[in-house]
Amino acid sequence: MAGLEDLYREIILDHYRNPRHRGELECPPAHRSEGFNPLCGDEVVLTFEMDGDVVTDLRVGGYGCSISQASASMMSAAVIGKTIDEIRDLTRAFKAMMSIHEESIGGDGSEALDGAADAAGANDGALRLGDLEALRGVVKFPVRIKCATLGWNALATGLDETAAGE
Amino acid sequence: MSTGAGPDIDRAVKVQFPLLERSVHGRPIVYLDSAASSQKPTAVLDAMDDYYRTVNANVHRGAYEIAAAATEQMEQARADVARFISAPSADEIVFTKNATEAMNLVARSWGGSNLGSADAIVLTEMEHHANIVPWHILAAERGFEIRWIPITHDGCLDLTDLDRLLDGAKLLSVTAMSNVLGTLNPIPRLAAAAHDAGALLSVDASQYVPHLPTDVGELGADFMVFTGHKMCGPTGVGVLWARMELLDAMPPFLGGGEMILDVTKEGFRPNTVPHKFEAGTPPIAEIVGLGAAVRYLEGLGMDAVRAHEVSLTGYALRTLTDRHGDDITVHGPSEPAQRGGVLSFVYRDVHPHDISQVLDQSGVCVRAGHHCAKPLMRCLGVTATTRASLYVYNDTSDIDSLAEALDEVGALFGH
Repeated sequence: MAGLEDLYREIILDHYRNPRHRGELECPPAHRSEGFNPLCGDEVVLTFEMDGDVVTDLRVGGYGCSISQASASMMSAAVIGKTIDEIRDLTRAFKAMMSIHEESIGGDGSEALDGAADAAGANDGALRLGDLEALRGVVKFPVRIKCATLGWNALATGLDETAAGE
Repeated sequence: MSTGAGPDIDRAVKVQFPLLERSVHGRPIVYLDSAASSQKPTAVLDAMDDYYRTVNANVHRGAYEIAAAATEQMEQARADVARFISAPSADEIVFTKNATEAMNLVARSWGGSNLGSADAIVLTEMEHHANIVPWHILAAERGFEIRWIPITHDGCLDLTDLDRLLDGAKLLSVTAMSNVLGTLNPIPRLAAAAHDAGALLSVDASQYVPHLPTDVGELGADFMVFTGHKMCGPTGVGVLWARMELLDAMPPFLGGGEMILDVTKEGFRPNTVPHKFEAGTPPIAEIVGLGAAVRYLEGLGMDAVRAHEVSLTGYALRTLTDRHGDDITVHGPSEPAQRGGVLSFVYRDVHPHDISQVLDQSGVCVRAGHHCAKPLMRCLGVTATTRASLYVYNDTSDIDSLAEALDEVGALFGH
């Protein structure tokens, strides 16, 4: 059985209590992207600056639960200084870790879910999720996956729009 | 009916709900989400099971024995529901899928033939989306105005400008009890004001009928909608009650079998009320289950149900405040007699999703979110609340479990 300690790891609570890169950058020159969870009304507002294809700065605004806020905070620390391609690879690896396969939900869920997360972790090859690994336990609480991916989806949309606009 | 049955209800009722015997995460379940959906007593489960095992056939068609029995059980349920809300005639009871569909029926059928671009209707800021969106959809097509009764800081309707808001309006549509705040609205007063202004009154009674003795005549409603699954009945069945004169004049809602007297290649003649509004095979087993739920609640006595909930709501307000002091704020009226057992609260600055997640580990089931009332959330200045809601099977031990489990929220998220 999944316990709360699987969800609320200390590092997640730390990011929730002391969010990194909190705030908003002036747009323009910064780009802006929003994510919205209609189920709970949570909202994340990302503003980020680009130099070429590198995200040089990013700020997280909005409001939401500990998981959505901590995930966005950890994401900000992970992506600043990286290129769009590197961020897309990281996003793919993170979302693979967050993905659960439908057949895993039915039976004795927890082991299958562990397996899915491990496989996703192994597949990211050279990519290291680092602190983001702490969010792996979210998979055991399927209702909360949308919380964890809220900021990542907003960033992916924002980067796509930026790339398309050039 | 006895009015002093609160303590008796405590002891005897819980055991009649099989689900409440189960455990969650190794802890006995503490079910505090009845405003979303109630649990079902054995009487309802048995009635539905018995229907499928011994009666099942389509209604209003076959001449054979069990088809006649199925029709009789369904029509008995209609009579039971009519009696439960003191409706003048069982023919004024229209079965729908849920309260949402019933409200869409009112909007589409009555609104579609009575509201034009020069008209206005009045809603309130505390409505459920089910009493907002059908009107938005219709207004987009027909261009009428939607006016809003605001709420006060303590979560009641602000009726200061009621007469001005009703001036020239054709309908006031309002909840009898807020699904977020528990506020009981003054329906007879609103009915009088609406009728004085020449408007009809539509009442969303989804949170009211399950919890208080209901008399549509005393309320002064012209339309009233509610749902089966919040009143010990099954999902999949809701009710529209309206005055016969209105139902008679309204065009059909959905088209198909059962709702016609005759069909030709050129057109159709609609059936009589209520069948005119019940196209297709109805949810027969669910209607039978709703009838059983009504008889179950009548057996407890709705005065006793209300007395139990007033007493338990008072206990909950005292217990939560005594134990958690300034850490907790409960929205809505502070006086139990002015509210139902719906307690939306803010605990420190912890997000409702996190609160409900931690409470779940103690087996405590509460709701987190906007409760399908986003305009109200904006009025309250929040994006979501945590909501504990009570029903006849809850007792003081459930409240104690909630209050205790909140300590764990504080321990985990305390700064």
